[in-house]
Amino acid sequence: MTSPLQQKIRITGPSMVTANRAFDGVVIYRTAQQGWSANLSDAAIVRASDEARVLLNEANADDVGAIGAYIAPVEVGDDGVIKPGNLREHIRSAGVTIDLAAPAQP
Amino acid sequence: MYAYDEIDRTLIDERVSEFRDQVKRRLSGELTEDEFKMLRLQNGVYLQLHAYMLRVAIPYGTLSSKQLRVLARIARRYDRGYGHFTTRQNIQFNWIKLAELPDALAELAEVDIHAMQTSGNNMRNVTSDQWAGVAPGEVEDPRIWSEILRQHTTLHPEFSFLPRKFKIAITASAHDRAAIKVHDIGLRLRKNAEGETGFEVLVGGGLGRTPFIARTIKPFVHGRDILSYVEAILRVYNQYGRRDNIYKARIKILVHELGIEVFAREVEDEWRQMRGSALMLDDSMIEEIRSRFFYPAYEKLPHMPDELKKAAHDPHFEAWRRNSVFTHKVQGYSIATLSLKPVGGPPGDATADQMEAIADLAEKYSFGEIRVGHEQNLVLPHVARRDLPALWKALDKIGVATPNVNLVSDIIACPGLDYCSLANARSIPIAQELTRRFADHDTANLIGRLHINISGCINACGHHHVGHIGILGVEKNDEEFYQITIGGRADEEARIGALIGPAVPYGEVADVIEDIVEAYLALRVRPDELFVDTVKRLGVEPFRERVYATR
Amino acid sequence: MPLVKDGRIAADSFAHVGESAELPGDGAILVSAARFFDDPEATLKHNGKLGVIWPNNRDIDDLVPYLGRLAAVALVFPSFRDGRAYSQARLLRERHGFTGELRATGQVLRDQFLFMLRAGFDVFDVRKDGDAVAFAATASRYSVFYQPTGDGRVTALHRRMQLRRQEMARP
Repeated sequence: MTSPLQQKIRITGPSMVTANRAFDGVVIYRTAQQGWSANLSDAAIVRASDEARVLLNEANADDVGAIGAYIAPVEVGDDGVIKPGNLREHIRSAGVTIDLAAPAQP
Repeated sequence: MYAYDEIDRTLIDERVSEFRDQVKRRLSGELTEDEFKMLRLQNGVYLQLHAYMLRVAIPYGTLSSKQLRVLARIARRYDRGYGHFTTRQNIQFNWIKLAELPDALAELAEVDIHAMQTSGNNMRNVTSDQWAGVAPGEVEDPRIWSEILRQHTTLHPEFSFLPRKFKIAITASAHDRAAIKVHDIGLRLRKNAEGETGFEVLVGGGLGRTPFIARTIKPFVHGRDILSYVEAILRVYNQYGRRDNIYKARIKILVHELGIEVFAREVEDEWRQMRGSALMLDDSMIEEIRSRFFYPAYEKLPHMPDELKKAAHDPHFEAWRRNSVFTHKVQGYSIATLSLKPVGGPPGDATADQMEAIADLAEKYSFGEIRVGHEQNLVLPHVARRDLPALWKALDKIGVATPNVNLVSDIIACPGLDYCSLANARSIPIAQELTRRFADHDTANLIGRLHINISGCINACGHHHVGHIGILGVEKNDEEFYQITIGGRADEEARIGALIGPAVPYGEVADVIEDIVEAYLALRVRPDELFVDTVKRLGVEPFRERVYATR
Repeated sequence: MPLVKDGRIAADSFAHVGESAELPGDGAILVSAARFFDDPEATLKHNGKLGVIWPNNRDIDDLVPYLGRLAAVALVFPSFRDGRAYSQARLLRERHGFTGELRATGQVLRDQFLFMLRAGFDVFDVRKDGDAVAFAATASRYSVFYQPTGDGRVTALHRRMQLRRQEMARP
């Protein structure tokens, strides 16, 4: 397996770096202030592959704080609002797409 | 039920304390995630999309009411109030915090439950028939042997770092409810000509990217030799199983690449050198384990009590009884299946409230015992037939009396992209939509036995290959698509389903399944020719023609 | 890397001899399997203890004819996830009766110590200092063992049988 640090990184549109918080597993996003936030709106947005690599390396360096960091696409609206760029990230940010445990149906 | 003694209890307490130390070292940075990952997996902790997930073992599917109450408490205290029963007699909690996991495990340990080896490249939870010990016509209770194997496989010093995961399933009935042919080792209890207990041993079954049906490696292994024989298989696998490619690391690939004859010879050579070792079980050892299983004190009861005669006038009760109640080996008792597949619900989920209510009902009506089946339903294994009407009312009230057991809406599904970090596509919403389409009980009954299995990726946790209808989620250009297979089955006649045509998008899956079912109704020669038999008789082609003609 | 022997941090009495380095005249040495098989008889004449580093993908049977004359065998864990050396260790100890030093090398971490002890290892090339310090505590973490192995620990099943017999013997 290639270490994520060596993987070729190529992004084709606006992207962010996301991971899960180590102590509780909550979905987090890498911020421009070298930290993490649970809000996608705080995510650092990168548009070039070099920038993405730097952001991912920073994220991976924080092994105690976060796990499984990777680059994921986002959509940035004209108003600057950040939205997840695919279904997986939509689910991670907004939760499951289904009604939770079915109501009893007498 | 098997009763833990102090020795069993000490071990799981020691395991909790070890895991507590591992979590502490991880959170302090002493362990890297790379080092910790295998350690957490060995204790059932995954990282999923939203959070950590804890998978708890329910060995051979047997639970006490006390244990089920604690599972409910874990769901409420540490999670979001519900749990998910899986196809391998486990329960999963989806939102447990790593920092709180040791406490949750300590609470589980108080009622003899653990999460050891529910993940990782080791020997997983030993599974068995959910009707073990109560099904008529069993060779003997397979749980005795399941427990012997559970103990033997727990923290095994030689086989905790295998090339890949390793699953064992045991059945003692002619009709296989434990899906032994899709396991790494399948064991079928049988007697030899001298009337001694032993096993037909099957090896190399498995689903995933390259599905295989298990083959018989030895028609009879004496019960006293079962540990040495299993250990011989594992030693051959541990040394020669592939470690260069995760998709080729399961024992099925080794068996396939060597051929079953060569593989069997390797195992036989190894076994001959170790069968006389300390692994040999003598009768007193087997008796020791057997003596710690306790059985209900059944009463002498009539087969057709007045309560049942009276309730027969209620068509709703009758629909449930005919569908969900099965023959028990003791007269006057029944096995009742509790459907965790309500119309519109996620298959296999139960809320903490439901779990507690079921625990109460098990105490009242089933000697405090509950079973979990690989179909993701629960079972009350010893219900007096006179109690069936009262039980039904109570089950109906909590939403677990949908009369759809073994019918088209009794869908097996993995968590899919709604939860799982491996998934390519969602499973649960597909299942929910199908249960709505087939919500009408009369229609479902007319269709008859039909198993639909859904997996959200090629890892096949929803066992799609062996569904009568299998649905596999794939990703195409960032969109969810689904491949559909028909003709698979997981029982004693296990086979892999065949692809019916090109993958279809998310929005069309339910329509396609409806078309397949309509084609079946038109093609079957008699009402009692099951879907899977029609496919066997005609092949895929007539279904493909009808379903894809207009697409 | 600290070495743990007899449960304690100890100095390594074996010198690791590189692939092309000349064999020292005497003293305890560890050589690779490839080096050993260049000329086993000549190597075995070495004046001092001899150990062989055995890869985990080579059949242990090849080494069996020489076991009686070896002071040590070092088995390899290229990654702690690769468990082949556990089988090799048990075969050496339990089937071939090897009584020399059985050394675990490679990615040897704290959480595998007990498995390694049970498989027959008695010397550990430990990766991290902290793990070496914690060796004794880690090795005694468990008191219950379900499987019989060559380490002779009493299994749960046998303990139960003993308890039974004691109960029955009581008046």
